[in-house]
Amino acid sequence: MKKSLIVTMALTLSLSLAACGNNNTNNGAKNGNAAATNNATTNNTASADLSGSILAAGSTALQPLVDQVSKEFMDKNSGVSIQVQGGGSGTGLTQVSEGQAQIGNSDVFAEEKLDADKAAELVDHQVAVVAMAAVTNKDVGVDSLTKQQLVDIFTGKVTNWKDVGGKDEKIQIVNRPSSSGTRATFEKFALGTKTEDLQGSIQEDASGTVKKLVSETPGAIGYLALSYLDDSIAAVKYEGVEANVDNVANGTYPVWAYEHMYTKGEPDAATKAFLDYMVSEDVQGDQGDVVEMGYIPVSKMEVKRDAQGAVTK
Amino acid sequence: MSAKTVDKIATGIIIFITGLIALALIGLLGYILFRGLGHISWHFLTSPPETIRKGGGIGPQLFNSLFLLVLTMVITVPLGIGAGIYMSEYAKAGKITSAIRLVVEVLSSFPSIIVGLFGLLVIVNKFNLGFSLLSGAIALTIFNLPLMVRITEQGLRSVPLQQKEASLALGISKWKTIRSVQLPIALPIVLSGSILAAGRIFGEAAALLFTAGMSSPRLDFSDWNPLHSASPLNPMRPAETLAVHIWKVNSEGLAPDATQIAAGASAVLVITVLLFNLGARALGRYMHNKFTASK
Amino acid sequence: MKKSNDREVATPHLAEEWVGKVYTFICILFLIITIFSMVYFVASKGLSTFIVNGVNVKDLLTGLKWKPDGEPALFGALPFIFGSFSTSILAAIIAAPLGFCAAVFMIELSPKLGRTFMQPVIELLAGIPSVVYGFVGLSVIVPLFRNLFPGQGVGIAAGALVLAFMILPTITTIATDALASLPAGLKEGSYALGATRWQTIYRIVLPTTLPAQMTGIVLGIARAFGEALAVQMVIGNAPHIPHSLFESTSTLTSAITLSMGNTAMGSVQNNALWSLALILMLMTFVFVFIIRWLEGRKKL
Repeated sequence: MKKSLIVTMALTLSLSLAACGNNNTNNGAKNGNAAATNNATTNNTASADLSGSILAAGSTALQPLVDQVSKEFMDKNSGVSIQVQGGGSGTGLTQVSEGQAQIGNSDVFAEEKLDADKAAELVDHQVAVVAMAAVTNKDVGVDSLTKQQLVDIFTGKVTNWKDVGGKDEKIQIVNRPSSSGTRATFEKFALGTKTEDLQGSIQEDASGTVKKLVSETPGAIGYLALSYLDDSIAAVKYEGVEANVDNVANGTYPVWAYEHMYTKGEPDAATKAFLDYMVSEDVQGDQGDVVEMGYIPVSKMEVKRDAQGAVTK
Repeated sequence: MSAKTVDKIATGIIIFITGLIALALIGLLGYILFRGLGHISWHFLTSPPETIRKGGGIGPQLFNSLFLLVLTMVITVPLGIGAGIYMSEYAKAGKITSAIRLVVEVLSSFPSIIVGLFGLLVIVNKFNLGFSLLSGAIALTIFNLPLMVRITEQGLRSVPLQQKEASLALGISKWKTIRSVQLPIALPIVLSGSILAAGRIFGEAAALLFTAGMSSPRLDFSDWNPLHSASPLNPMRPAETLAVHIWKVNSEGLAPDATQIAAGASAVLVITVLLFNLGARALGRYMHNKFTASK
Repeated sequence: MKKSNDREVATPHLAEEWVGKVYTFICILFLIITIFSMVYFVASKGLSTFIVNGVNVKDLLTGLKWKPDGEPALFGALPFIFGSFSTSILAAIIAAPLGFCAAVFMIELSPKLGRTFMQPVIELLAGIPSVVYGFVGLSVIVPLFRNLFPGQGVGIAAGALVLAFMILPTITTIATDALASLPAGLKEGSYALGATRWQTIYRIVLPTTLPAQMTGIVLGIARAFGEALAVQMVIGNAPHIPHSLFESTSTLTSAITLSMGNTAMGSVQNNALWSLALILMLMTFVFVFIIRWLEGRKKL
């Protein structure tokens, strides 16, 4: 086991760095570990019996799915070790582009975050679709909003629910930070325009926190992925169309985005096997993780969309 | 109003405010424990977390926290004590020494998020250690070193000068004097200080988000070979600690019982920190009694 | 003593001395290298916003609009700077009198109860992890403020209250040390002149320990300034200067944690966040120098 030898070396070196025995250990540990990582990526080529270690980093929205599927994949291929890491879409794309991770998970197309030449090196693997719905606190009494009404709300033109057919109550926006992939999707496909951060609006990156705040704050409106919807909040129809899997699949509900798993160039054997498994019937089928965890299988989509947002049947 | 009445009122206010602080803390602890204790069970403490189903535990996270603690202390203690010895025994009073002291002071007040970002940039990316226990341990070492240095200095300063001089007068070398005479006497202070520092490690999250990572690969608790990737002892694997897990479950948790898990994990975290505090005090007292023969 | 023996002892002796010196020196060197590389890396990242991306320093420090993805992209960090200062200073304003009272109680009123009860209480408060503070803040303080005051509960007030709890131990411990180290004769003299306890505390104890108290407060502010997760959970995170204490706003730390993971390294959005980190770091230096200055006064 050459790999284990190198890891031992890295370990002992790092321990002796700890003991701070001599000047050179710092350098040694660095090299040792770099070697260990390089080795981990290169010894994947033994394709007959899959082995190797894969690091998938990035989007927190995609993390639960990849995490779950990776566990099943490892059950079937004991030689492969997959580590799934959050950090956000930006981190994932940076890491895959710089070669620190084998897979970069992202909510958005790489072109939207990276420079064009860097993005061109990455290969896109679309593994699922996430749809988002506008959600409100249960007391506002609005169950459908048009695109224009949503734009008015999120740009601050409308500040009271009674102007869009609800109770006489102040609207409280619970938004995402402007760097968020979820916000980018929502603005692009639900609002059709970028919005500014309004004075007094709340911004949270995490879906759990958004849900908690919307469910507790009177008059609150936010948006969540379908997997987070439950009865503590009220989901709002978009232009009269309910946010559900069928409507997304047949293209009538437009607020959705692909979940991407990027690799740099063509993936090695183990990574390829994992990505193939990711889009296999076991995972994407009716009994698979994708459906169970509230994502929408790519195979179900009757429409396609490219990086510019153009939809084709 | 006479001076006496003012005095009485002021005393009353001070006692009232102190009581208020005590009450607030008891309320805080009570709230955390009350919400969390009901969820703590052997199963909760030992089983792995679930992503979407109910009934996930915090077993790996608890182990990660403890292991990261050991790893950090293994790096921090020798470095911290060494630097502390230098500052108190070898450093000559002068401009350079006071500059070093300033550096240590600055480091000790660095926000943990800056340490975390530095860890992400340098340890994780430049040194290519990746999101790993080792990266986390190094970041926490940076975070805890100044504390350790200060504690060691304090401990060494508490050693009576005569003992040091007596040892040196016997012709024993300075280094040997430090190791065999001064350090043992300083040990109670150093030890209880280290335990308090350890408590800080246990609760730290901001620095670890960017270094040790937010995922916990499946661990095989029957495999104790630190070289295997599924082994719990492998320092190169990413590891989510308890504090980070609370942050994650709170913010992104999909499991239906996410709130209870966060509450339970918070309670476990607080109890552990409490144990550390009590442990540090008890140990300090025990060592003090042992070395000073005072009853 | 035999001569040959002497020689044998002397050589390892010197070697041993050398080992000690080199070992401790390497340790301290590690510390120094760490801090310098930290400053270097954060600064080089933070400055690249200005150098590579051409953002104007003045615009960043005084601009009111933070729109890194907007057209044109605007990087006005003043709301964050304002948020950081206002929450941490407000937290200190809440915590300082509380800490002083607790210290007076522990030293002057009831040393016994102070040692056996208050001291552990304060130490425990210091040991509670910041995530737990944030969690409690979001589930207790935010709903409470939402019901009591106009607004959504999040904002400077909620952030400052959570931070006040977090920095109370620092302020109390330093205040206690300062009171305990006061020469007994000072107080006794005051009592002998017929002053009441409060008069003694107010006229003698407080003024003489003031530099030390201030040190504690500045340390507290420094800690509050750098706290990230707990604040992010309760402050609301809108990049605006709020109209009231109960309106959503941001701090430097909350802006960094909120967007760092979402932006790609090297992009202008990411570099701007590093600039915020650089401001945070420079403020740490400022705080350390203030503390140094205060400690210098204490010695006089």
